[in-house]
Amino acid sequence: MRPLAVALICALIGGAACAKDAEECLTAAGAVGADFAMPHVAAAIARKRLDVVVIGSASSELAGASGANIAYPTRLEAALGKMLPGVAVKVTTYARPRETAEEMETKLSRIVADAKPALVVWQTGTADAIRGIDPDDFRLALDDGIDALQAAGADTVLMNMQYSPRTEAMLAVGAYADAMRMLALQREVVLFDRFGIMKAWNDAGVFDLYAATRKTDVAEQVHDCLGRLLAGVVVEAAKLTNADKKAIR
Amino acid sequence: MPIPAPGERDLRLDLFRGIALWLIFLDHIPSNIVNWITIRNYGFSDATEIFVFISGYTAAFVYGRAMREHGVVVASARILKRAWQVYVAHVFLFAIYMAEISYVAASFENPLYGEEMGIFDFLRQPDITLVQALLLKFKPANMDVLPLYIVLLAGFPPMLWILIRAPAVGLGASLLLYLLTWNFGWNLPAYPNGYWVFNPFAWQLLFVFGAWCGLGGAKRLAPLIRSPVTLAVAILYLLFAGAIVMTWYIPGLDHFVPKWLEDWMYPIDKTNLDVLRVAHFMALAVLIVRLVPQQWPFLRSRWLRPAILCGQHSLEIFCLGVFLSFAGHFAMVEINEGVAMQVGVSLLGIIVMVATAALISWYKRIEGRSPGSRPGPPGAAATLLGGGA
Repeated sequence: MRPLAVALICALIGGAACAKDAEECLTAAGAVGADFAMPHVAAAIARKRLDVVVIGSASSELAGASGANIAYPTRLEAALGKMLPGVAVKVTTYARPRETAEEMETKLSRIVADAKPALVVWQTGTADAIRGIDPDDFRLALDDGIDALQAAGADTVLMNMQYSPRTEAMLAVGAYADAMRMLALQREVVLFDRFGIMKAWNDAGVFDLYAATRKTDVAEQVHDCLGRLLAGVVVEAAKLTNADKKAIR
Repeated sequence: MPIPAPGERDLRLDLFRGIALWLIFLDHIPSNIVNWITIRNYGFSDATEIFVFISGYTAAFVYGRAMREHGVVVASARILKRAWQVYVAHVFLFAIYMAEISYVAASFENPLYGEEMGIFDFLRQPDITLVQALLLKFKPANMDVLPLYIVLLAGFPPMLWILIRAPAVGLGASLLLYLLTWNFGWNLPAYPNGYWVFNPFAWQLLFVFGAWCGLGGAKRLAPLIRSPVTLAVAILYLLFAGAIVMTWYIPGLDHFVPKWLEDWMYPIDKTNLDVLRVAHFMALAVLIVRLVPQQWPFLRSRWLRPAILCGQHSLEIFCLGVFLSFAGHFAMVEINEGVAMQVGVSLLGIIVMVATAALISWYKRIEGRSPGSRPGPPGAAATLLGGGA
């Protein structure tokens, strides 16, 4: 649990270094960690080449000319590169606005066959909630998708929806968030709880997610922090794999 | 739950329905620290189960008497009139919802939330949206309970007729419908996609079970409820459910749940009223019936009066609660989202609910009706239409 470690270090050295905005979001995110191992990622790191695919909808991108450079998949690539020196990290994004889990699932096999990633980050849920997809169909699509990814030899991270306080009373994401959480436990894949993280930031006052604005500064920082947290989870899960192997022996 | 003598209302029904209405209000305010106290965080079932069960119980109690005294036609007409009132209330709430969402759509912009703005798309097609809402197919967030109640009431007259004549047949038919629904996946379609969030074909089971209890079934169950074995099983199950729910909220605990149990248990389906949820509600009911006897003097104390008042005017207070949860969340977004505000909004909402219930009771009193009772139909109608005993 890296953010916990950060918090611990901050508490010990009582640090001016920790007061920096860039670190604040990591400590304020709460306990973000890997619940399950990622054997394919661990193997890829050992081979010094880690390919990651992000498949998702509009919230995996940011609008604007420089949007791709500041969205979380790019930040994930940068953070992984820093944390895994000597490993060639490449993150490719397939994001389509308004696409449901089922629509993503149908093209998942093709994407994975082309890109052969060790890890697929599957961001979904919001479009399904907006379009009122039956939560049961949503869950089945995710389940099928995880099957396809396992068959293709890739680890999976499920990423749930953003926390959006303004629209929270109008968009019922609960059933979809529950489906993702329960399925992640059942299939033993890592759930990256974006909703919980952003809510923790909002509650702690790290980011003002209520603001009506056209500026992209907050969006940029949010994506940067999400990318770095996700990188931490991936690295931790890879270590977990190696620890498991030792434990078996 | 022994059946009350005719004319005497079981205050526990009003009390727990009132509390359920408060919990539904709290649960409908997102990001509210106060809704950590609501029962859905400690077990599988939530306030909806309580509300549906007690609604079935009281509907059978009130309309069952009408059916015996004034006949099938009069009782059915009154049930359908009630269904119509609920429909009007639902449309009224929808209008308020549209006002709020239109305001937010026009005033909110943030590059982070381009995707979430998609929920405003339906405002571009008011023709389709409004018609689908009137058909009960388009139901915005948190507006699913009243349509369920409408369908349950609309289908209730024949079920009540059967339950009065052969209670076991009625309950058996309800259980059969529930099982067939699970087997064949029946549900009503929704707009723009999917199905009803509360599947009426599944949720009718609790409503009919409540009605069955209200018509004397509770008396038949009394020996079972009094058995210490039942109580022990109920408590064990409640503890089990509480432990499972904790693993959802506290990271790291999920490793303690064995895989076979997860495979068997998940998903716990709210839409189709999962058996685990029904069992949880039943266990809760067993415990409550044991802890709170019907003749408990404290039921008449003024400390419980606020909840009982709310429970006695459930439709009005339910609608008010949905409105207040919109308004409360709106205030939190526009003014302040701090913990003090969350607690304040929650308390204020409950106070407004209680005050309104008291006001409705007062209106009924000055109009010559006691709270909780239905007005008797005009004598002429009874003799013209009432064929039954």
